[in-house]
Amino acid sequence: MAHRITVESVADRARAAHIRGMLSERFPKARVREVSVTNAYTIDKTLSVAEQKKVTAALTNPVIERSSFVSVIAPKKFSVALEIGFLPGVTDNVGNTVRQMIEDATGKKFKVSEAVYSSVFIFLSGSVSEEEVKRMALELHNPLIEEAKIIPSWTWKRGHAPLRVPKVTLTASSKADTVDLHVPDEELTRIGKEGILGNDGVRRGPLALSIPELLAIRAYFDSLGRNPTDVELEAIAQTWSEHCKHTIFNDPLDEISEGIYRRYIKGATERIRKAKGKKDFCVSVFKDNSGGIEFDEKYVVTHKMETHNSPSALDPYGGAMTGIVGVNRDTLGFGLGAKPIANLYGFCVGRPNEMRTLYRDKEKTVQLLPPRRILEGVVRGINAGGNQSGIPTPLGFVYADDSYRGKPLVFAGTVGLVPKKKGSRVLSSKQAKAGDYIVMIGGRVGLDGIHGATFSSEDLKSGSPATAVQIGDPITQKRFSDALIREVRDAGLYNSITDNGAGGLSSSVGEMAEQSGGCVVDLAKVPLKYPGLSPWQIWISESQERMTLSVPKKSWKKMKTLFDKHGVEATVIGEFTKSGSCVVTYGAKKVMNVGLEFLHDGRPKRQQESRELEKIEHASVPAKDVQTMLPTLLASPNIGSYAFISRQYDHEVQGTSVTKPLQGPGGVNADAAVLKPVSESNKGIVLSHGYAPAYSGHDAYAMAAASIDTAVRNAIASGASLSHLAILDNFCWSSSLDPKRLYQLRRAAEACYDTAVAYGTPYISGKDSMFNDFRGYDDKGNAVHIAAMPTLLVSAIGVIKDVQKTVTMDVNHAGDVVYLLGETKEEFGGSEYARMLNLPEAGVVPQVNVKENLKTYRALEKTIQGRLVSAALGLSRGGLAVTAAKMCISGGRGMSLSVPKIAPHAALYSESQGRILVTVPKAKTKKFEEVTKGLVRSKLGTVIEEKNLAMTVGTSSFSWSLSELSRAYRKPFNTFDV
Amino acid sequence: MSKPRVLIFSGYGLNCEEEAKIAFEESGAVADIVHLEDVIASPKMLKNYQIAVFPGGFSYGDDAGSGKAYGKRVSHHLKDELQKFLSRDTLMAGICNGFQIVTSAGILPGALIANDSARFSCRWVDLEVVGESPWLTGIKMLSVPIGHGEGKYYNSEKALDLLESKGQVALKYVKGKMSTCFDLPANPNGALRDIAGITGYEGRVLGLMPHPERGSFFTQLPHWTYLREKYEREGKKAPKHAEGIEVFRNAVKYFT
Repeated sequence: MAHRITVESVADRARAAHIRGMLSERFPKARVREVSVTNAYTIDKTLSVAEQKKVTAALTNPVIERSSFVSVIAPKKFSVALEIGFLPGVTDNVGNTVRQMIEDATGKKFKVSEAVYSSVFIFLSGSVSEEEVKRMALELHNPLIEEAKIIPSWTWKRGHAPLRVPKVTLTASSKADTVDLHVPDEELTRIGKEGILGNDGVRRGPLALSIPELLAIRAYFDSLGRNPTDVELEAIAQTWSEHCKHTIFNDPLDEISEGIYRRYIKGATERIRKAKGKKDFCVSVFKDNSGGIEFDEKYVVTHKMETHNSPSALDPYGGAMTGIVGVNRDTLGFGLGAKPIANLYGFCVGRPNEMRTLYRDKEKTVQLLPPRRILEGVVRGINAGGNQSGIPTPLGFVYADDSYRGKPLVFAGTVGLVPKKKGSRVLSSKQAKAGDYIVMIGGRVGLDGIHGATFSSEDLKSGSPATAVQIGDPITQKRFSDALIREVRDAGLYNSITDNGAGGLSSSVGEMAEQSGGCVVDLAKVPLKYPGLSPWQIWISESQERMTLSVPKKSWKKMKTLFDKHGVEATVIGEFTKSGSCVVTYGAKKVMNVGLEFLHDGRPKRQQESRELEKIEHASVPAKDVQTMLPTLLASPNIGSYAFISRQYDHEVQGTSVTKPLQGPGGVNADAAVLKPVSESNKGIVLSHGYAPAYSGHDAYAMAAASIDTAVRNAIASGASLSHLAILDNFCWSSSLDPKRLYQLRRAAEACYDTAVAYGTPYISGKDSMFNDFRGYDDKGNAVHIAAMPTLLVSAIGVIKDVQKTVTMDVNHAGDVVYLLGETKEEFGGSEYARMLNLPEAGVVPQVNVKENLKTYRALEKTIQGRLVSAALGLSRGGLAVTAAKMCISGGRGMSLSVPKIAPHAALYSESQGRILVTVPKAKTKKFEEVTKGLVRSKLGTVIEEKNLAMTVGTSSFSWSLSELSRAYRKPFNTFDV
Repeated sequence: MSKPRVLIFSGYGLNCEEEAKIAFEESGAVADIVHLEDVIASPKMLKNYQIAVFPGGFSYGDDAGSGKAYGKRVSHHLKDELQKFLSRDTLMAGICNGFQIVTSAGILPGALIANDSARFSCRWVDLEVVGESPWLTGIKMLSVPIGHGEGKYYNSEKALDLLESKGQVALKYVKGKMSTCFDLPANPNGALRDIAGITGYEGRVLGLMPHPERGSFFTQLPHWTYLREKYEREGKKAPKHAEGIEVFRNAVKYFT
């Protein structure tokens, strides 16, 4: 029998007030007078009345709450109530915690079939129509993961609302089916695109396998004299997916037979490392879950940047949360386990106030979430994942463009720290050994995220499975993270570890089996969230917060004891072998037996062809609104403040923060962050990013070069050193089967090679997401295709000797001299200025002159290390005027500048690359000019105490008060601040 | 005199134990991070310690109420042992989530509820020391960071009057140099009577929302690059520490 305990906070009105404020803002016509909130915990387990009392007491803080196990606590009067709870099978963290509290209070353990389900009752009073309540409910829940029950007050019988028990009931077969691939091509195509036809007549979801791939699979099984099982076919589809194998980067493109990844990305790193010789600081590149570089003689620092775009489009909160918690596991899964020490984020979304209605389906039943909801959701997701994990978030960005309206880009990254050695054991590499147990730790397996890997290799359409949506459970992960990093790793109890990410066990075990030479797994041993999963589902499920370890048999008992203490479930599910095959059973029955060679290398390569884009003559960009453009640009979401995000992400936890995400008294968002990760060392880590997607429409080469140049510039301007700086690439493309897009991809990859090699900054890790397309319908039922601009996010990570030498952007002393390093040309192509004038295609796109910029960056590094610079900021979106304004707002002081003669709009807003604005104390100007001799350098003026920015270009003068500029800068997301 | 020993609780989502250890050891103590289950399994170990700390974090994800599940587990399994520990001349601190835990466990009075903004907030605050505690000896003002979503101190009016009259209110949010410099409201969360920290057991137990361990070193300050420029021009050397370290030094001094 199920019981329900409800708890209302009598003191805490903030949440109710927040909901009321949100509903009043979005439904100005409806008059919502009062909102109150009651938490409900439905316990699907029989408890005696005495136990119910005990549990209720444990769940209640009498200082602030009242509770009942008899009826739902409700206000005396209300108009309508909503009960919002999760759909069956969705991760319910609150429910799980309450289950543990009940176990602690009663001393009784829950069975697998028993559970606690959390829900929330929201009571509204006021005059609200039925139609409005329905729309309000949509604002308060996400129908893909939650259910909202609307309960009008007249049906309310003294709080005896029906119990809601969202139990999963599955009746799937525990047998594996065989799949006949000797079928007509038409059926073969459907198997690839829509999935295996189940016995219930429903297709199981996309395998994302092409006809040549399916034919290769058929030939392989023909050679074995049998058809594949569903487990085998699903596993191969996971392993071969674009998501896991990066097929577009690895397959031949035009005459590049080794693929663009090997030639341009890996090729650049190899060449740089060779040139560096003994000064090579790379420790582990590309082959592990993160990339690793040397920090000092004792530590390695790791970095990985992921994207979680498709899941975030469906459930922004869960998508972003699993994105960040997932990339944390790429840190825990580096070598034998690195400790996560910083999280990073990037959100490319539609313009926040755009309200166009779009649908996934022609029947207009499934509406696309508006950009505002997506942004709010992803912000909350990283908040929950990062803050709860105790990992600081020192850096991130927001970028808005209509092309991200269909599918947002959600970047999530994690930096880690791992000692090089424990005793004689090297901790930065790993090797699963034949005879080791295969141990799964962390969460249990459910239907979550099935087909996540193959799904993100496809466009987003209406048939996208809701099971692709998952919610993270950061605390379960924090438990095993503590256990691993503090105890199990250093006790030397395992030989290898990897994350269960895309493809679940099939990928993690499959990858580790390559290290040992084979594996045998019994799926019947895998702990499940609820009974009734088929073998193929267990094998590919992407249920979160799980890792797979390779454990010597003699270490198992000790390991199990340690994990038990931390409350971490750990289970032996099989053994690594050297049989050469991946063998999977369900109990005694063999459900998979595929050679590792075929599994990992059997995928037929696909020759890709690109087609060159036609050259377009770009119109020139006129000088227009030069004075008013500065506040306009500052108020745009791509330049203005997103302090509301920085302030809600804990950037002080771990006590390692050196430069903050909001710099100076004016709190301007920084493009770089510095950490001091080891308390006894003065060494630091500089993190920065660069992106310029608006340039892709002009020239993808220039876009990629500018992205790298910007990341490097931002790092150096904060105090990084070019000699110890590595980068990561994240390609987010769209329509990637289109030869023209492939041409852009090729050009971008060429730029990646040229620019990185010129700067000597190796790639240590990368990621690509190639189908950021949305295909749906507008409100008239017309087909709509939204393709994300080709976007490259470049993340830089550098190691510095002394954090005390880093600089921030805030101008801090009147009288300091302002210099501009680097040359300004009239380069407006894709610039924020041209976009603001609605001329996105006009102008010459900014080019990167690596030779000149290298000289500038080297000199800049010298001046910063020589303590000659009091403030610095790289020029990027919006050009010189925006950069000067940000430095002034940040420091609360003005500048009086005179810019050498060039067209005023170009002087102020051109986005020429390779430029930095610095301030130098007067007493140090001579030395500064000596070090920067021979560079393109302009002495522009001085920092002034007056709160005013004045700029003279030839005979034109412009002037803005800091209060006007600050107001504009804080405008773009100010409605998010409530 | 030997160094005082500090037990820092961990587990279930607490996450500030390492920076707390660094601050204590920088101040001359020896600090051990111990999982709650290890303490429950052998509570006798408390005898070896002079100081016990519940650090910050997100124990049990703050699900069903911040600090509630951890606090209940502490009171369920360690109530008598902690009473015994406090009956000696020992010190205890609950920082942030630790403050939420010690109130949930009934060691300190009152409760912490959601910030008025209904949102997690990470920023620096200024604190005035208004009560007496070995932890706060000699400190008048203190600027350190906060990082919490549920840090609004709450208690009944009567209980608040009583706390104030007994001198148990230790720290109050005030407009000081950080909130002035960064133009932020003094009280970051709507805490009743601006309360940031309270004490119990004659001041020996301190519960506070702000994080002194995150404001213990010069380069942790939000405006240290400005101060560096300023000191340099004045011909002064930048210090190594920041104000937060004083709290830990006080605790060590109490035993030495």
